[in-house]
This record gives sequence, structure tokens and C-alpha cells, in this order.
Amino acid sequence: MTSTDNALITEETVVLDLQATDKADAIRQLGRKLQAAGRVTDLEGFLADVDAREAQMATGMPGGVGIPHARSEHVTVPTLGLGKIAGGVDFGAADGPADLVFLIAAPAGGGSEHLTILAALARRLMRPGFKEKIRESTDPAEVATYVQSEVTS
Amino acid sequence: MKFVAVTSCPTGIAHTYMAAENLEQSGKAAGHEVQVETQGAAGSTPLDPAIIAAADGVIFAADLEVKDKARFAGKPFVDVGVKKAVHDGPGVITMAVEAVEAGPPAGSGSGATAVATAAGPATKVTANAGVGTKIRQWLMTGVSYMIPFVAAGGILIALGFLFGGEDVVYKLYGGTASDGTEYQDLAGPLPVGFANDGNIQAVLDQAGFAGLLFLIGKVAFFMLVPILSGFIAYAIADRPGIVPGIVGGLICGPIGAGFLGGLVSGFIAGGMAYYLSRVKVPKGVRGVMPVVVIPLVTTLLIGVIMFLVVGPPVAAAQSGLEDWLSGLSGSNAILLGALLGLMMAFDMGGPVNKAAYVFAAGGLTTAITEGGPGLQIMAAVMAAGMTPPLGLALATAVRRRLFTEAERENGLACWLLGASFITEGAIPFAAANPLRIIPSCMAGSAVTGALVMAFGNTLRAPHGGIWVLPLIGNPVLYLLAIVVGTVITAALVILLRGQQARKHAEQEAAVDQVAEAAVA
Repeated sequence: MTSTDNALITEETVVLDLQATDKADAIRQLGRKLQAAGRVTDLEGFLADVDAREAQMATGMPGGVGIPHARSEHVTVPTLGLGKIAGGVDFGAADGPADLVFLIAAPAGGGSEHLTILAALARRLMRPGFKEKIRESTDPAEVATYVQSEVTS
Repeated sequence: MKFVAVTSCPTGIAHTYMAAENLEQSGKAAGHEVQVETQGAAGSTPLDPAIIAAADGVIFAADLEVKDKARFAGKPFVDVGVKKAVHDGPGVITMAVEAVEAGPPAGSGSGATAVATAAGPATKVTANAGVGTKIRQWLMTGVSYMIPFVAAGGILIALGFLFGGEDVVYKLYGGTASDGTEYQDLAGPLPVGFANDGNIQAVLDQAGFAGLLFLIGKVAFFMLVPILSGFIAYAIADRPGIVPGIVGGLICGPIGAGFLGGLVSGFIAGGMAYYLSRVKVPKGVRGVMPVVVIPLVTTLLIGVIMFLVVGPPVAAAQSGLEDWLSGLSGSNAILLGALLGLMMAFDMGGPVNKAAYVFAAGGLTTAITEGGPGLQIMAAVMAAGMTPPLGLALATAVRRRLFTEAERENGLACWLLGASFITEGAIPFAAANPLRIIPSCMAGSAVTGALVMAFGNTLRAPHGGIWVLPLIGNPVLYLLAIVVGTVITAALVILLRGQQARKHAEQEAAVDQVAEAAVA
């Protein structure tokens, strides 16, 4: 048993050279990674939940970040999928496309203990240094370790 | 300056915290201190009251109703929505600073309303929701305040029957008991109108502790419809809705309008109070509006409407139905049982239900002395009045997801209430969702009513549920009839609620989208 069993983010859920044509494609590809990592039980069901949230309000943030997210019964543990897309895809933000995509998967029920990790993540996303560090890195393992340490510190 | 802020968003895992972070940072950058309470999915830690007291202004960046808004009453505030706080922190801080410089909201018309809203009990109403969603939220607010009254009153009445037997009713309200003893009416008309000058000792001597339980339960039940009506009106109009809502609900008692009448009075009272509290009036009059003018005018109007407009047709409907039922005696017994079942479940204490019950209870007296089908009819009516709460209890037990926490708890109480022939147990479900629950209950009750007539069960008491099982002819078949109706009602409720749950998920997404487009 390693600590990555419950980690919010692991090497497997980070894609630093994501080739995506649009928002839906980017979300689907990251979703597949979460499924492969055993965090999402039913990919289509999970994607439907993310789409439903996306339909309410675009999740593009200022500064080239997209944060598609959902609380879904198809998610086992809170998990973050992270994709870096050269050139970016449109996430509906006013200031242009997003080159960093954070796919946040939370279980539908979920104890508040788990959810505080997501809260910490959401707060980090608003700090410029956090995004720069991820943009500069070329090693998925390093990104995963960095993000994990930031949200649990 | 010092600010406190509340952030929240529909999902509760991202924007809530991003907005909080952005407000804190933007505040710091502009030389202000911002303390944020995040009302998100991870739960929220309330701000220290001392911090709120020390704050110059309040920022609401909340897409959900702010919890305990009363804490911030009287402070200058801006209300921006969560999206603006995420995207434009500095802009929000600037607005907040301007709001503080403009001074506290007291004195302005909207401020007075805001304070009144803030200081009251919680509602389930979200701003900017669509009409359908709003109506449902108004109903749910009324129902959620009514549920504890149903549970408390219903269980006390059931305990009264349990310890006092069916005679507890005669010992309190007068009549001939099962052993032939004549009792005089000591408890008098509800809520607590003791016939013998309020002599509680006489009541205790005659009816015992069981009678007291029963009596207290009846008083709680008396408040069902007023609370339902009052809090629907409160959800619509805030504090000004309470007086006309409760008074309108109280009037439903004497005019016999039942809980459907309570829904009507709640919506009318709330609508009137809402519009009246938003009428622009000269400054001099403004002070007496909430204390004198609005309560006076709305209460007068709801009273006139309920007594003169709603009352007469309700009374006419009830007596018309009673006459019609009397004319039906001698017709096909099974059809009559089904019809009485439909009526019992239709309005659960309203005119239609009462017509069926009065018809049966009246026939019972005749049947005991002179014979006839009265005993079967009474048996059918009681069984049909038991299946609505029992069916809902079963539905909440097997499909927990389809119900709210409060409904599930009410469902538990409904086992006891249904078993005791306290049909009112089903009212919270029916009031929240009349178009789906009432037909489901009617179907189950109709089948039960018809089965009881077909089985030829008899009943020699007008009340009591399973507590009067010894007075029932052929109790095994009687219970079978009740079980069949219970299962039918439960199955229909589950089917219809399931469809509704799917539809609402779609509707709410669409509504939120529209609201969001308007904000953005």
C-alpha cells in the first residue's frame, strides 16, 4: 500500500502533452485517465455529470485555466485529472482559451474530510504561482507530487 | 476596511473556494482585510460573531441562499454572485468599499426588507429560480415546518388510542362508549375549548392520562394547516406573509377546507403580502407599514376571501357529497367501497374526505341500532383512510433516495399514524406534491375500500385503526385489504416520484442556465 492509493492526483492522472480538439475532447481524455486509474467506475455516466455542470455555467477561469468538475456517484475517491494543452481549447472564459485543464471528480456523497482537499485545490487555483509552477514542469510525477503537497499542506 | 464575505456555489467544490481566495487576495492587495465563510460541500465554519461585529461591510458572493443571514443584518453589503467574485475580485472589493461609504442600509426600503428577511427562520427558496422551481420551494418550506407537527400530534393521538382504547374519544368529546356508557363532552371544540370552564381535572378523571395525550395531539394537529399555510406565505413574502398565512390556515378549520384549503390560503396570503410590502409609500407612512398596515390589510383580505369566497363552495361541496352518498345506499357495494376510498384519500381532512367519513360514521349509529350495511361501510372507510400514510411509509422505506431526509422521518412516523387511522400522516407528502401523491393514495384507498366491501368486513367503531382490531369482523381479510392498498399506493408513488426526480434534474439545470445567462 502506498500513499498514492488515496492521493488526489497521481502520475497517471497527469497528461502534460494533451492533444485535444475541443473542451469535450479534453474532458473525455482526462476522464479516461481517471477511469484507468480506477477512480471513475462509469466513464459515460461521469462525463454526463460533468457536462450537466458545464451546461450551467462555463468553467473557464481567467488566466488560461479550465476547471470542469462534478460530484458524481460514478466517482470513488476525490481525484484530479490535469491536462496541459499546447495552444489551449476554449472553456468559455472571457480572456481566451485554457491551456491548463483541471478535471475535478468528487464522489456524490463524500465526507467533508475529502472535500476539504478539493477546497484547498480550488483556492490554489487562484494563486498565480501555483499555475506557473505547473506550466513550467515537464515531468508528470513532479507535477503530481507538487500538487499533492500543496493541497495537503 | 474590514469585510466579511460569504461564498457558495451550486456544486460546492470549486467556485465557492476560488471566490473566497480571490476576495481575500484582492482585499489584501487593496489594503483591506477580508474574512470569508465558505458555505460549500465541505461544510462551513461560521464566522466568529466578534469578527462580524467588527466588520465594516459584508460581501455576499453566494449562488445559494446564505445560511443564517441574520448575523449580517444592518451592515452595508454588496450581493454579487459567486461568478463575479471569481472573475473580478478587485471589482467586488471596490463595490464593497463604495457600499460602506454609502452607509448602512437602514432607512432605505430594500434595507428594511433585507433585515426582516435575515432575522427570520430559514426557507428553501433560491433567488432567480424559475416559476416552477419557486412554487415547489414555497410548498416545501411550508411542508418542512408542518412535518414535526404531524409527527408529534399523530404519535400522541396514536398513543392516546394505544393506552385509552377507542373509548378515549368519547371520554373526551362525549358520546356512547363501547360498553354503553354515556359520556359528556369535556374537551369541547378545538383547539382547547374546555366545555366545563377549563377544568382539566375533570378531563383527567374521565379520560385519564391517555385522554391527555390524545388531547395534546389534537392541539398539535389543529396547527397543521395554519403552519402549512403560514410558512408557504412566509416563503413567498418573508415576515409579512406569516400573519395572513396563519390566519388563513386557521380559518380552514371552521370552514372545513382541509389542507388543500391551506395551500390556497398560503399562496393567496403570501402573494398579497409580497405585493403589499413592495408598494412604494411616502416616507412618513413607511414606519407603520410592516407593523400595522400590512398585517391589518392582508389579514382582513385573507379572512374575507376564506370565509366568503372559499368557505361557501367548500361547505356546499361537502353537504352535496353527503346527500349524494346517502342516495347511493343500496347500489353496488363494491363500487361504493371504491368510491368512498377515492374520497377518503382525495383531500385527507378536507370536504370530500369529511363527506365520506360523516356518511360512514352517521350510518354506523343507524346500523348498530337498526342493522343495514353501515358496519361494512365504516370498515371500508377506515381501511381506506389507513392506506395513504401506510403506502407512503412503505415507499419511503424501500426507495429512500426519492425522498428528503424530513420526508423519510415522516415516513417512519407514518407507519404508526397509518396503523392508527390518522390519514393526516400523508398530508406532508400530498401538500408538497399534490398531483403525484394524491392520485397514488386514491388508487390504493379505492382498491382497499372495494376489497373490504367484497370481503364483507364489519367495524363497530368510527376510529382507532388496528387498535380496534377486536371490533372488526374477519380481521385477517381486513388486514389483507389494507396491505394490498398500501402496496398499490407505494408502487405508484415510487413510479411517479422517480419520473419527477429525473424531470427536475433536467429542469433545474435549464433554470440555472437561464439564471446564469442573466447574471453573466
